[in-house]
Amino acid sequence: MTRPERLRAALRGTPRAEWVDAALTAAAERPETIGRSFTQAGRRAGRTPLPGVPGWTADEAARALLLAALPADRAEAEIGDLYRHGDADEKRAVLKALPALAAGGALSSAAGLPLLHDAIRTNDARLLAAALGPYARHLDQAAWRQAVLKCVFMGVPLTAVDGLEERADRELAAMLAGFADERAAAGRPMPADAAALLDRLTREES
Amino acid sequence: MRIFDPHIHMTSRTTDDYARMAAAGVLAVVEPAFWLGQPRTGPGSFTDYFDSLIGWEPYRAAQFGVVHHATIALNPKEANDPRCRPVLDLLPRYLDKDRVVAVGEIGYDSMTPEEDDAFERQLDLAVEHDLPALVHTPHRDKAGGTRRTLEVVAASGIAPERVAVDHLNEVTVGMVRDSGCWTGFSIYPETKMSPPRMVEILRRYGLERMLVNSAADWGVSDPLLTLETGRAMLAAGFTEDDVDRVLWRNPVEFYRQSGRLDLTGAGADGDQPTFAGSSIKRGGS
Ligand SMILES: [Zn+2]
Repeated sequence: MTRPERLRAALRGTPRAEWVDAALTAAAERPETIGRSFTQAGRRAGRTPLPGVPGWTADEAARALLLAALPADRAEAEIGDLYRHGDADEKRAVLKALPALAAGGALSSAAGLPLLHDAIRTNDARLLAAALGPYARHLDQAAWRQAVLKCVFMGVPLTAVDGLEERADRELAAMLAGFADERAAAGRPMPADAAALLDRLTREES
Repeated sequence: MRIFDPHIHMTSRTTDDYARMAAAGVLAVVEPAFWLGQPRTGPGSFTDYFDSLIGWEPYRAAQFGVVHHATIALNPKEANDPRCRPVLDLLPRYLDKDRVVAVGEIGYDSMTPEEDDAFERQLDLAVEHDLPALVHTPHRDKAGGTRRTLEVVAASGIAPERVAVDHLNEVTVGMVRDSGCWTGFSIYPETKMSPPRMVEILRRYGLERMLVNSAADWGVSDPLLTLETGRAMLAAGFTEDDVDRVLWRNPVEFYRQSGRLDLTGAGADGDQPTFAGSSIKRGGS
């Protein structure tokens, strides 16, 4: 989980820090302003990778901070709304922010679960990958296995799946084995990371 | 030849089209929100459609190295249905999105008072959101409709160079050029405009503020007629640079006025992880 303080510190070093600071103050004092600031974050804060925080871009960080800045009584409703009406970049930023929002108390622990289910239903690899971060621990095991298999199917690298080693089970191994059979029948290769995972799970069992 | 199709309804097209377009040099498209053939009956089906224009469709396009932007509006035909009009109140949220580069298609279908109102309100929205406007001209009574369109545009206060008036022909091109607006031409297999006629118009009026599109949708249409027009231009003695101006630099110049045009990834191999780090192309199997 990437803590808001770390994102904020990294954003301070960017040329658009002033806009971010003003938008955060506004979100805390006048939460209705977040509709526009959240949408405009890409154009205002930039989209470059955030120095020192691997895996985060400036717009994602600005959006995560905006969500964290909301007053507690408004956060849950606004977060759901911003996801619902967001474009793919906005949705992905909400998904990435969920673990820190839950840790910070803006969301009651599993309140973001419907957003994960929505993201996993899409056919957008970016949303699927973002849904399988640390917050995915709230998914039940059956939904989590299906999501992992969908990653393999869609070519999303399994490094996107947080806690894969601990959570992968015999059932997932059976599903991967079935998928490997189908791929073999079609004369198509199994993605290397999935083949390695299957191999590991099978060896552990024997 | 690099081609930017400034008006095409990709939602209605297949992945085969994307593949053929990319191979033909169509590396960027703008998809205006429009009528879907089947009338809609409420705002929810509009917002799902708008979400698709700024979500799934650009993602799909990127798999083929085609950069996709959208224009958002309540189209004139459905502006007449009171069940659809509440969409007007939902537009501001969409007009703020990164990949929305104009308000459109707006304008007239049957020139009703409801269409007047929707047209005027949406031109105001374009000004408020600092966006250009893409204006459709009616298929019936085109000359009268185009004249009235230009009057409404002038009265709205939007700068003419931020307005493209589309689906023009020999009869309507002159008055739109005189207005200072951009002139759009939809090249169709049977109706509207053909490549040879388009070449004649370019000869007569020059290349400035000229936009050529396929307007391909769910009807009889062809997403490669922009390419055909480029070829017809070359055959008629226009230079490669002339073709590049009409088919690439002009649409870029028009939509760049939104401040949101982002052509990163145009022509990139869709199998490479170009679109925010992931490709789904092989996932369709
Ligand atoms: Zn159209």
